[in-house]
Amino acid sequence: MKSSVITFPGSNCDRDIDVALKKFGFKNKMVWHADAEIPKSDLVVLPGGFSYGDYLRCGSMASKSKIMQSVINFANSGGMVIGICNGFQILVETGLVPGVLLRNKYLEFICKNVFIKINNKNNIYFKNIDNDVLEFHIAHNEGNYFCTNDQLKEIEDNEQVAINYCDKNGNIGEQFNPNGSIKNIAGILNKEKNVLGMMPHPERMIDPSLSGEDGSLFFSNLINNLK
Amino acid sequence: MRISVIITLKKDVLDPQGKVIHQTLEGMGFDDINEVRQGKYFEIDTKETDRNKAEAKVEEMCKKLLANLVIENYKIIDSK
Repeated sequence: MKSSVITFPGSNCDRDIDVALKKFGFKNKMVWHADAEIPKSDLVVLPGGFSYGDYLRCGSMASKSKIMQSVINFANSGGMVIGICNGFQILVETGLVPGVLLRNKYLEFICKNVFIKINNKNNIYFKNIDNDVLEFHIAHNEGNYFCTNDQLKEIEDNEQVAINYCDKNGNIGEQFNPNGSIKNIAGILNKEKNVLGMMPHPERMIDPSLSGEDGSLFFSNLINNLK
Repeated sequence: MRISVIITLKKDVLDPQGKVIHQTLEGMGFDDINEVRQGKYFEIDTKETDRNKAEAKVEEMCKKLLANLVIENYKIIDSK
């Protein structure tokens, strides 16, 4: 399986995701934002970081960079694209997934482990995962997911909510919502379910001596789903 | 031609920064404030000399980059 990770000026999780993808069997290529075309890939990842210094709105500049037209075409033709953290912010700015990510409700940069509940396993990213709850890491200042009421209805009707913040038993409640996101939404899919945007970092959970291994579950399951 | 634009958050969008500014102002003694909303201001100096054309271009910039229309409104406030 071939993957591509796009590096923007200010990306800083690009090498982490490169390590994670390779660990679980992807042949990964790093792609520079100023390139015109992504190489032939089964999966494209927009990594976390602070592309373009978060100027104007997080992800807004990166969403207009040269490589993104190729990523958008890839996604629109059914290609799999994951945006993690800043990558999620870039995805919402392209319009590939609905909504926006606002400043965290309590104006704090949040850096901690969180539990997420898989809301929907009818997609290539989460199908066949045994667990319903995973422990991932978040590190962001603008992760407060927001959309209009009409959009929310559409997202819910189309089963586009991928994951929600919860406690370790999978209870979804305001007290487990780190950043003020509507309905504890931590990640969403596009209508066709081939594009996934999420604030939590699975790539930070692939080493038992450093963190946890729930990211390993995600990536090993993902490559099996793709085979 | 210089076009000035303001971008404001839509009414029902949470503005935590505005809220904190409000609280701070209250703490300073400005106690008659109903609400504070924070926005953005841009000055765009363009080679275009026709006012209508320049404003139309800036409007396109707002729609495509300067504002995110899910949460923000834009308004051209000055052209000269």
